[in-house]
Amino acid sequence: MSTQDTELGARPTKTFEWGPFLRTNGGLVALAVILLFNIIVTPNFLQMQTLFVNISQVATIAIVAMGMTLVIATGGIDLSVGAIMALSGAMAPLIFMSEFGQANPALGITAAIVVPLIAALACGLFNGILVANLKVQPIIATLILFISGRGIAQVLTNGNLQTFSNPSFSYLGTGKVLGLPFQGWLAIAIACVLFWVMSRTIFGRYVLAVGGNERAAELSGGPVKRVKIGVYMICGVLSGLAGLIVVAINSASDAARNGNLMELDAIAAAVVGGALLQGGRAPIFGAILGAVIIQLVKYTLLANGVEDEVALIAKAIIILAAVYLQMARKE
Amino acid sequence: MAELLSMSGIDKAFAGVSALSGASLEIAPGEVHALIGQNGAGKSTLIKILTGVYRRDGGVVTFGGKDSVINSPREAQAAGIATIYQELNLVPLRSVTENVMMGYEPKRLGVFINWREAHRRTREILARFGIDIDVRAPLGSYSTAIQQLVAIARAVSLDARLVIMDEPTSSLDASEVEVLFGVVKGLREAGVSVLYVSHFLDELFEICDRVTTMRDGRTVDCRDIAGSTKLELIAAMLGRDADDIEQAGMTEFSGGTAGADLGEVLLTAENVTTGPRLTDFDMTLHRGEIIGLGGLLGAGRTEAARAIFGVDRLTGGRINVKGEASGLETPSAAIEAGFGYLTEDRKAEGIIPDMSVRENLTLALLPKLTKNGQIDRARERELVAHYIKALGIKTANMEQPIRELSGGNQQKVLLARWLAIDPDVLILDEPTRGVDVGAKREIQAIIRDSVAKGVGVILISSEFEEIVEGADRIIVLNEGRIVTELTNPGITEDALVRALAHTEGQAA
Repeated sequence: MSTQDTELGARPTKTFEWGPFLRTNGGLVALAVILLFNIIVTPNFLQMQTLFVNISQVATIAIVAMGMTLVIATGGIDLSVGAIMALSGAMAPLIFMSEFGQANPALGITAAIVVPLIAALACGLFNGILVANLKVQPIIATLILFISGRGIAQVLTNGNLQTFSNPSFSYLGTGKVLGLPFQGWLAIAIACVLFWVMSRTIFGRYVLAVGGNERAAELSGGPVKRVKIGVYMICGVLSGLAGLIVVAINSASDAARNGNLMELDAIAAAVVGGALLQGGRAPIFGAILGAVIIQLVKYTLLANGVEDEVALIAKAIIILAAVYLQMARKE
Repeated sequence: MAELLSMSGIDKAFAGVSALSGASLEIAPGEVHALIGQNGAGKSTLIKILTGVYRRDGGVVTFGGKDSVINSPREAQAAGIATIYQELNLVPLRSVTENVMMGYEPKRLGVFINWREAHRRTREILARFGIDIDVRAPLGSYSTAIQQLVAIARAVSLDARLVIMDEPTSSLDASEVEVLFGVVKGLREAGVSVLYVSHFLDELFEICDRVTTMRDGRTVDCRDIAGSTKLELIAAMLGRDADDIEQAGMTEFSGGTAGADLGEVLLTAENVTTGPRLTDFDMTLHRGEIIGLGGLLGAGRTEAARAIFGVDRLTGGRINVKGEASGLETPSAAIEAGFGYLTEDRKAEGIIPDMSVRENLTLALLPKLTKNGQIDRARERELVAHYIKALGIKTANMEQPIRELSGGNQQKVLLARWLAIDPDVLILDEPTRGVDVGAKREIQAIIRDSVAKGVGVILISSEFEEIVEGADRIIVLNEGRIVTELTNPGITEDALVRALAHTEGQAA
C-alpha cells in the first residue's frame, strides 16, 4: 500500500485499507470512477441531454434487475425476463390499435397496460410453479419461457415491426415529471415499495430465509412454495412493465429485439449491486446502482465510438469483478 | 521422550480481542492426544495455527524437532500434518479411488492416469485399515463412517505423521465408532500421532493416552488419561471443583418426578408408519412430561420426530393432537398447533447463517408478529431482548449474524425460536450435541423449566446420561420399531444399554 514506510515490524497502523473498503463500497467506487472518466474524456458529458438519455435507458434495466434480485435472493434465477418483455411489449399495440381500442381510447390504453401485465404475471406464475411445485432447476424452468416467450410474441405480431403514434401510451417512455423522465420516477417508486417489502413485511423476511437456508425456513413454518412463486410473479410483472416502457420509448414494438439480452443485464446489475447467487440477500437499491453502472459503461463506450461487441466484453469484465469482490467478502 | 510436536506460549488476537494467550500443546510420537475445552476455549484457533490457516502473533512451534514454518494448509500437509475435518473435504460423486489418489495419481507416459494401478494402490491402502469396498463406486454411496475412514486413509497414505481429527464421531453410530477406534489404534501402532478433539468425554478414556484441557485461550491442564476421571476433566474445562459437580449431578435433569399426576394428554400416536424406517410407532405424551426416544443411530428416533411434526407423510396410523384426530400435514400446521421441533442438524436444518440473531429467533413466531403482512418490529425487538437475557445468549447485539456465534449460543437461539411460540409440545433432537459442557447444562436447565411450566417434551439424545436422567419414560426403538419402554425413576444407563443390546441380539 504505502511505499514510504517499508520498515519491517513497524506496520503503519494509519494506512487506509483498500481491500475491505472496496468490498463494501465497490459499486459506489466503480460509479465514481466511471463518472470521473466520462467528465474528463467524453465530449459533452455534463449536459442535461446525457442525463435524460441515461435515465430513460437505465430505468428498464433497473426495474427488471429489482425483480431479478428478489428471485436471486431465494437462490433462483430467471432467464425469461427478456422474453416476457417482448411478449408484453407485443401485446400492448395490438390492444390499443384494435378496433375496440380505437373506439374507446381511455379503456383501450388501460387494457393495453393491464392485460400485458396480467400476461407477464401469468408467465411468472408458470415459472414459479415449475420451480416450487415441480422442483425443476430454476435455470431450466425459466429457459422454457426464454425460448417460447419470444416465439409467442413473434407469432402474435406475425414477426412484423409494429409502429404507432399514441401520445398517451408513449408517456410511459417519454413523459417527464419535474423535468426528469417518467420511467426514472417509476423505477424509484418501485424500489421504495420493494425496499419496504423486504425490510418490513413477513414476505420479505421469508424470501431471505428461503434463500439463506430453505430447509430451516420450511421447518420453521415458512411457506417456501408460495414465497418462491411470489418472487417469480413479481419478477414477471416487472419485466412486463419494462417491456411496455421500451415499446413506449420507441413508439414501435419489435418482438425480435425488445428485451434481447436483458436477462444478462439484469443478472449483472443484481450481482454488481451485491446480490449473492446462492441467495439470502436482496439489496434493492444495490440493483439500481448496478443497473446505473451497467448503463453508464454501455454509454461510455458508445459515446466514445467503441463498437457494440466490445461493450459486451466490458460487461463481462464488470460481472467478473463483482463476483470476485463477493467471493473476497465471503472469505 | 522427544515430542513430535511442541507448541508453547502461543498468542493470537483477532481485531484486538485475544483468542489465545500463552497456549501450549505437546504431542509425543505415536500418541493419541485429546484436546478438550468448552466452545470458545481456543481449540480450533490453536489447530488452525498449527495447520497454517492462521498466523500466530507469538510463541514457538516445533514439529519433528525443527522450528516449524507452516504458512498454509498445503505446507502443513507437505510437512506431514493431516486434518480430518468435521465436514469432510472429499468429492462424494467421484469414485473412492479418485478421492484417495486425488493429486497423486499414478501416470502413464506422464499424462494418462494408470487406473489399474490407481485402483490397486487404493485397495492396498484401504486394506491396511481393514476396509474392503468397491473402490470404483462413488464415495457418496458409502456411509459417513466409511467416508471418514477413506479420508483418514488418504491422509495416512500421504505420509502423515500427525493426524488431526475434529469431532470424528459426531455423525457415527456405535458400530462405526468401533471401526474408527480400531483405525486410531492402528495409527498409534504405526507410530503416527493423533490429535483428537471431541465433546464426547467417554470416548477419550477408550482411545486416548493424554489429554490437554483449554479454557479461555489458555492451556490449563495436561495429564495422562489413565487415572483421571470424567469429573476431573469436566471440572478442568469449567474451572470448577469436581465435588461441586458431583453433588449437583451430571446433568441438570431429574426425570421421573412427574409421577402419577400427569397432566392433560397432548398427543397420541397410534401405529404411525412412514416407511421402513418407522413402523407402528405408538406413544402418548402428557403435559409436563419428558418422553425419551432411545436407540442407536438410524433406529427411527428422528423419523418419529419428523412424522409427528408433519415433515414426513404418514403411510399408516393416526396422530391425535389434544384429543382431536388431526394429523399435521406440514410443519407450519404443526407450529400452528403449538408444536416446536429443534432439529438434529443445526447447520443444515436450524440456523439461517447470514441472518441476524433477531431474525433467526423470531422465524417460527413470525405469523403471530405480523399484522396485515407487516412485522411488528418493536414487539419483535422486545421479545428478542427478553430471550437473549433469559437464556443468557452471548451475542454482541441482536443484529449480529448467527453464524458468528458459538455452537452453544446458536443452539440457545434455536431453542428460543421454539420457546417464543409458547409451545405445548417440544420435540428436541440432540439438543446438546456439539455444545460445550457449560452451555449444555444451561440448555438442560431451560428444558427443565419449560417442562415445569407444562410443556410436553420428546427428547432424543445419543448421550445416555442425558436421556436416563432427563426422561420420565424412555421408548426404545430399533430398526424403526418400538422394542420396549422404560419408566423412571429406576432407569439406569446400564438398563438402557441392556435394552439396546437386547434389541441388537434380536435383530441378529
